Amino acid sequence: MDDLSFEAPTGEITVLVGPSGCGKTTSLRMINRMIDASEGRILLDGVPVQGIDPPTLRRGIGYVIQQAGLFPHRKIVDNVATVPYLLGWDRKKARTRAMELLERVGLDPALAGRYPFQLSGGQQQRVGVARALAADPPVLLMDEPFSAVDPIVRTSLQDELLRLQSELNKTIVFVTHDIDEAIKLGDRVAVLRVGGRLAQLAEPKTLLAEPADDFVREFLGHDRGIRRLQFVSTAGLRLRTDLTAPEGFSGDSPEPWLLVVDGEGRPVGWRSAARPGELEPYGTFVPGRDSMRAALDAALLSPSGCSVAVDEQGRVVGVATRNALDLALAEAADG
Amino acid sequence: MSWVEAFLNWLVQFFGDPANWTGPDGIPTRLLEHLQFSALALVLAALVAVPLGLAIGHTGRGEVLVVVTANLARALPTLGLLVMFVLLLGASSIWPVIIPLVLLAIPPILVNTYEGIRGVDPDLRDAAYGMGLRGGQVLGRVLVPVALPLILLGCRLSAIQVVATTTVAAYTGLGGLGRYVIDGFATQDYASVVGGSVLIVLFALFVQFGFALAQRVTVSPGVSRRLKVR
Repeated sequence: MDDLSFEAPTGEITVLVGPSGCGKTTSLRMINRMIDASEGRILLDGVPVQGIDPPTLRRGIGYVIQQAGLFPHRKIVDNVATVPYLLGWDRKKARTRAMELLERVGLDPALAGRYPFQLSGGQQQRVGVARALAADPPVLLMDEPFSAVDPIVRTSLQDELLRLQSELNKTIVFVTHDIDEAIKLGDRVAVLRVGGRLAQLAEPKTLLAEPADDFVREFLGHDRGIRRLQFVSTAGLRLRTDLTAPEGFSGDSPEPWLLVVDGEGRPVGWRSAARPGELEPYGTFVPGRDSMRAALDAALLSPSGCSVAVDEQGRVVGVATRNALDLALAEAADG
Repeated sequence: MSWVEAFLNWLVQFFGDPANWTGPDGIPTRLLEHLQFSALALVLAALVAVPLGLAIGHTGRGEVLVVVTANLARALPTLGLLVMFVLLLGASSIWPVIIPLVLLAIPPILVNTYEGIRGVDPDLRDAAYGMGLRGGQVLGRVLVPVALPLILLGCRLSAIQVVATTTVAAYTGLGGLGRYVIDGFATQDYASVVGGSVLIVLFALFVQFGFALAQRVTVSPGVSRRLKVR
């Protein structure tokens, strides 16, 4: 670690990301004094952590690690209640709180009486998160918590974390080597280079748009332009509403493509003027909720080159043509 | 007469003799003696070896001691040690016999306790400290429960050794079940030799059973994994 200085704002997720050996885990572990800094200060709400007795400090900071690190000899409910027990809560209160948290992180309460080895990796990791939250600490440290589970489970754990965070507003410092995870989860992302130097600290969309140097650019990897689009809103996208036709429509139209819609307003398929007998596949997005990346992806899924805008119930609200997408992309590129 | 018949006859003769069930050399007395000597040696050994193994395993300091003890244990001849202590201290009390028994029982307990604590998953240790447990709490609430199967294994290995060696210790004039075998040979009373041997085997099995039971009661199902996975 060399002259690293950054601030993790209250209520936000700050992600430390970088190649192995960049000191991201070391930085994290300095916050709860699992490792003591040889020089410099770490302030928690303005108080230097070096002045706090480590166990007392750690009981006030949630800690989640890669392999969950659950106590194998204790039932799930008692694992979650670890810190409340340490803080001297009575057993009943601690267990009630633990049950609440199991539900919060999306686990079946029936698992409470099981032992860790009876759970899958993803379930164990959820228990790990519940355990870190048990005493309601304002700060949460997460050290590659989702790295050891398969991609599908990882995605669902990430979504779960974002959902939890929208309810709890914890101050989270999250370490990962996965830049996509960093961009997905971080309110702010700190890219570290080997030797523990800060290469860039920025919001994900800024990071993608304006990488500070070649190291950051290379670390962000390819598709940077496309990935940036996930931070561009579709709310202002110009939609056409004159390109739909009811099922069974057989007339002529000046348009090369028409979207066939069923009786409830849901899309059925694209009808091409060249081959009116067949319906071609379509892709949808929800304007305002989904990003430009999703809208563009939907357009690329269809031979029509258009993207179908639907509401939350899946009913067609309009069509984004290539022209409209082009315009929006040009605006996005201007920043 | 086949050897099986001879064996059974000796058994009947030994266990059927009412004189063998009472008095200072009766079966109940000898059994109790054997139990007392073994248990005393084992408890003393555990009192020394378990805390020592926990301390060395937890702090990582004094690991040389474990290695030296483990190697010494292999090098020391049991009977030689017994005879040496009896010659040195005389046979007036049980201690010249108990001390070598304790010395023999220490290494397996020490080594296994140490290995058990050292072998606990480092992530688990890390999580325990990260949750805010203090050093002693990490040892008592996490490391010991997880290492318990190995600690008990060490005690069991020592128990087997102590029970067997207590038998040999009868050679120095100590009581216990070994008396039947040693005295039987001396007086060519083969019923006594055979009966004593059977008692010793049964006693050893009983000790094994006791440890299996203790393991079942004290080790968490989460550690022994004796439940269905899901």
